[in-house]
Order: sequence, then C-alpha cells, then structure tokens
Amino acid sequence: MIDINKIRKDFPILNRKINGNRLIYFDNAATSQTPSVVVEEIANYYYNYNSNIHRGVHSLSQEATEAYEKSRKIIQSNFNAKYNHEIIFTSGSTHGINLVASGYAHLLKKGDEIILSAMEHHSNIVPWQMLCEKTGAKLKVAPMNSDGVLIMEEYNKMCNKNTKLVVISHVSNALGTINPIKSILSIAHSNNAVVLIDGAQAAPHIKIDVQDLDIDFYVVSGHKLMGPTGVGVLYGKEKLLKLLPPYQGGGEMIDQVTFEKTTYAGLPHKFEAGTPNIAGGIAMGKAVEYINEIGYEAIAQYENTLLRYATSELLKIEGLKIYGESENKTAVISFNIKSIHPYDIGTILDKLGIAVRTGHHCAQPIMDFFEIPGTIRVSFSFYNTKEEIDFMVNSIKRAKSMLG
Amino acid sequence: MKKIEIIQKEIIDEFNLFDDWMQRYEYMIDLGKSIPTIDPKNKNDKNIINGCQSKVWVHAELKENKVLYTADSDAIITKGIIALLLRVFSNQHPRDILLADTSFIDKIGLKEHLSPTRANGLLSMVKQLKMYAVAYQTQVK
Repeated sequence: MIDINKIRKDFPILNRKINGNRLIYFDNAATSQTPSVVVEEIANYYYNYNSNIHRGVHSLSQEATEAYEKSRKIIQSNFNAKYNHEIIFTSGSTHGINLVASGYAHLLKKGDEIILSAMEHHSNIVPWQMLCEKTGAKLKVAPMNSDGVLIMEEYNKMCNKNTKLVVISHVSNALGTINPIKSILSIAHSNNAVVLIDGAQAAPHIKIDVQDLDIDFYVVSGHKLMGPTGVGVLYGKEKLLKLLPPYQGGGEMIDQVTFEKTTYAGLPHKFEAGTPNIAGGIAMGKAVEYINEIGYEAIAQYENTLLRYATSELLKIEGLKIYGESENKTAVISFNIKSIHPYDIGTILDKLGIAVRTGHHCAQPIMDFFEIPGTIRVSFSFYNTKEEIDFMVNSIKRAKSMLG
Repeated sequence: MKKIEIIQKEIIDEFNLFDDWMQRYEYMIDLGKSIPTIDPKNKNDKNIINGCQSKVWVHAELKENKVLYTADSDAIITKGIIALLLRVFSNQHPRDILLADTSFIDKIGLKEHLSPTRANGLLSMVKQLKMYAVAYQTQVK
C-alpha cells in the first residue's frame, strides 16, 4: 500500500507554487522528481567525501570508490544482473544506446539487418541509422496498430538469419504501451539476434530481472528513476560487452599505456573512461533503494489506479481522443482534443500550475503514424493523487471553453 | 501610418486594463481568431518558421516602401501573438522594423514566451520578421 501523505513529504518540490497555483507535476515520463534522501545523498558526497574514485590511496578517495561501487551493486541487485561488472555507468539511456551502437560498427557488415519498432524515441532510432550508414546494414521497422500495439506477427516475418540486432523500447514514451519484450526476445534469440531494450520509461514502474528474461542489453536513465540527471546505466551480458570495443579513450579505461600500444582495462572500466558523475552514480543507487523500499508492486498498483481513473475522467470530455490504447500501459496518457492544438492546452494548463508535456515527445514517426502534429501527454508517478487528476480534468475543460 | 513605438504603447495600455492572466489570454485567443489569414498559396514550406512547436507561416512583401506581413499558425495562442506582432511591424518601413525594440512583449506580461527555449518560438518569429526587413531595406529608395 502507498502511504501517499508520507510519500509526498519526501518530495519538497511538490509544495511549489507555479503562477500562483500549487504545482501539479504530470510530466514524470520526461523527468521524475527527486526525493529528499537522494538530494541529501548528493549533498553528503560533496560535503564529506568528494574525491576521485579508483585512483587515490587516500581515505576520501577510498570512501568515494566504495560508495560508487556499492551503488553499482545495488543496481546490479535491482536488475538481478549476474555480475556487477555487467552494470556500466553512463550519462543516461541515450549514452547507453550510443555506446552499444558504436561498438557494433565493428561487428556488422553489409547485408546485416537491424529491426526497430514503429514507436521508438528518436534516441533509439538515430544511433541505429548512424550505425547503418557506417556499416551498410539495413534498418527495418516493425509496425504497430492503431491502438499503439506492436503487430507481433510482423516480427516473426521480419526476423531472419540476417537480423543481427533487435532494438525496442520496453515502454513507449509517447503512448505508454508496455511492449511484449519476452516474445520479442524469444523471436530474436531464435534467430541468433541480440536485443537491446530501452528501459528508460519502464524502469521506474516495472521490476526487471535481466537473467530471468534473458536480456542482452538494457539501458535506463537515473533522472526518470527518482535519481539525478546526467547518470544512467547500461546493462549488458558479460560475453556481449566483451565483444564491444571501448567507446571512449581516456583515464580509468586503460590497463597499460605506452606510446606504442595501450591495453584496455576489463569490465566495467573499459567503458567508463574519465572521471564519471560520481555523486550522480552514488545517488542513483540511493534512488533505486528508495523505489524498492516503496516496492514495485505497490507502485504499479497505485499508478494503475491513477491511470484507470484519469482515462475514464478524460474520456468524459467531448472530443477528447487518447492515443495508445493498449491493455498493457504504464501511467501515461497521450491525447488531443478535437480541433484544438496541444500547445494551446499546454499553455493554459501551465498557467494553472499543471506541468504536462506537449509536442511530438521526440517520437515524430509516431505522430506521423497518427497524422497529428503532437499530443498532450500526462504521465503519473506514485506521488500524484486523484485530487490532482480532478483539478487537471477541470482545468482542461476550462482551457477547452477558452479555446473552443 | 502610426509609428511603431506608438502602436506598442497602445498595446501596453490595452493590456494594462486586464486584471489577470485569464483575461490577457482570452484577449489573445480572440486576436488569434480575428487575424487576417494568409493567402493559402503563401502557406508553404518555404514560409514555415523553424523552432516553433506549433506551425507558423510568415509571408512578406514590399509595397510602397513598406513591408506587409501576413502570417498564420495552427495554434490559436501563437496566432494571437502573431496578431500582436503584425499589428506592430506590418505596414512599416524596413528601417523602422529593424530599429524597433521588442520590450513591449515583456511589458504586457507575455515574458514567458520570450525565453529562447520556449517552444512557440516567439523569438524565431521576431527574428524572421526582421530578416525580411533586412532583405527589403536594400530595395527601398
């Protein structure tokens, strides 16, 4: 059970006023808010043991290294990775995807194929397009239906011996659809293809066991996971990570350096060149702990109640259409109101203190599919309430009467 | 034709009559609905302004040494902002358009639309209007 009053106290930002109104934060799919314990973890690092990791012999450096590596273990345990060196700290999901895509430039050749889905975020499209340009591999797009649900039969048809990579978002950022990654993994693996899953939108809501699901690569962002911005994680199976060359050269990632030749460090350091976001990495571990203390099951149940309630209340508004009507969704609702531009609604809602996202949500192909310029997207977290949804629905009605 | 500063002063005075943001936005929405729409043939890709979350088209022509602007948007609040900009800048000498400052937007409480990150691209619109003026200045006597 979620103790909403207790939880809301963990997020001081929720007391803010925006344009004279109490903030209602419904843009959680873009960035989640950060609980005090995570903010304090960052402050504690800078106040008490700020120093570079893995290098110094002195006490502070050792404390920082221990805290950073402890965080790696917390994250390893959260995703049930087999080894802690399968957890690579990155700057976020985009970085993780680029790291893998860049590594595959050495492993793909002309005639190879990469399958992605029709509902990907730009960050899970562009790196693969760049990879195809470099290698001559071909990009294929698995289609979805008008409910925003992937057409699985097409995966079966598209996947073949030429398929080397299948990339898929676990949850669509624009539609909220939870994709059937188990089936996709199974289809891909039966064709010896490797699967990269963009978990940016899933990790805050769904418990993931990478071993149980036999996941090859999984990327997440700290700032959507109650953690800070500028940090994230790439999970990769040890044997797959070993196949990839280093992404960036620099300190930390080396074994021996001479001007003639450099040998590289082992995992995970091979992919962690330079001084990382130490405070961010440590705080991300704290954020993962915070989520687990509340519990994924309780979170999913609570957010699902908000989703069902908001969906039914919104649909009472005449002319409102929801995009993404999968049975399996996280608490994301993308919608438009007939003949009103999403930007106009978003502007009025902002004046009333409600933070929503409007536009194409970095997923232009989805907007093209539905033939719309964009949507209004509301996305809930476990600190949101039904009262906030009521206020939003009334505000939308108000905006509609102003704009109509 | 009234000078740009005088029109700006008039707009500031009009907006001063409003008590709150609701009234300001209702007024802008009304302006948006009343804007003379652009000739459909000028609503083309060449005239689209990049950097706007809503689509904005601006067309300009020179007539008797004055720049005449027509514009449109698919979002009504953006259209309202365009209506204000056109009232200030359209039918003016290119030189005066170039010299005009745009602080009236701040003064009428629409400062939030001036942020460079703001997706409606008000800054891009002003820049585009001034670009046309630069181009036409070379053609006037």
